[in-house]
Amino acid sequence: MATLATDDDILKAAEDWRKAGKGVALATVVETWGSAPRPVGSNLVIDDEGNFLGSVSGGCVEGAVVTEALDVIESGKPKTLEFGVADETAWKVGLSCGGTIRVYVEKVE
Amino acid sequence: MKLDILKSLNAERDARRAAVVVTNEATGEQRLVKAADVARDPLKDVIEKHIRSGKSGMAEDTPQGKVFLTVHVPAPRIVVTGAVHISQALAPIARLLGYDVTIVDPRTAFATQERFPDVKVIAEWPDVALPPLGVDHYTAFIALTHDPKIDDPALVHALSRDCFYIGALGSRKTHGRRLERLKGQGFSDADLARIHAPIGLPIGAVSPAEIAVAIMGEITARLRQGPQKAPDAPLEKTLEKAS
Repeated sequence: MATLATDDDILKAAEDWRKAGKGVALATVVETWGSAPRPVGSNLVIDDEGNFLGSVSGGCVEGAVVTEALDVIESGKPKTLEFGVADETAWKVGLSCGGTIRVYVEKVE
Repeated sequence: MKLDILKSLNAERDARRAAVVVTNEATGEQRLVKAADVARDPLKDVIEKHIRSGKSGMAEDTPQGKVFLTVHVPAPRIVVTGAVHISQALAPIARLLGYDVTIVDPRTAFATQERFPDVKVIAEWPDVALPPLGVDHYTAFIALTHDPKIDDPALVHALSRDCFYIGALGSRKTHGRRLERLKGQGFSDADLARIHAPIGLPIGAVSPAEIAVAIMGEITARLRQGPQKAPDAPLEKTLEKAS
């Protein structure tokens, strides 16, 4: 799966997956503090089998977002998630301190 | 997100028009605001500000409470007539700033891919090259050949479009003569006031690379500040206003 998808591809995929009858959720970075690796507005699209496209954190929290997204697809209720990007992870990707991100997850319906 | 909103959003993006999704996180309420509808939107001011900066973000204390704005703005483009020395310096700067660059020059000795690696070069006259490019609001247009046979028809095309910036190289005298010719083609003073000339911010640029910096500075100002602020207001005046 492409990791360098542009925002175009991500939102197109969200539309195409939904039209194909899949359960689909869209995650969006709505706020960041500190050195968050992906800017506000970044998207991740997830289908009901856990396939995903895009990125909200450069890999740190995608797993957790995908798990929560499966819940959102089932319940239909949007959720806001907050993550602290661990200092160690932040250091590995070349950031001097940890960051915090808030991610809004909603069902495409 | 409702599939209808997503479909409309993707359609706006395909058509290279700005659009903003307004989401109330607390209620889950969501709507799409297309660029054409911003002026009559209750959140007009904050939406305009976000479209101009191209940045998504939270907006507190709006008439509709705390909302999140997801901003979708097309990638800006630059179309240049003149595969000249300034263009050679300008192309890499513009690419670094995130613009798609197209160079148009019918003189085949100038318009070569070797002189302009990594950008689109079209060795055709403007009347052939420009119409298929779809010059739109997110396009900056600059005329750099010094040759009215090439620059004039290109400027006529740019003036007929909604590009956010039009600039033309040449001294005040050269530009004065250009304005006379364009008036003869039926353009009003208001139309012609859209052309930035002498081109670029007044930074005393001398070399082609410095002129390219001055032009890209001016284009950045028009992209981020919109058309109403005078680009050449003296620095002292600007500082006075700020304090």
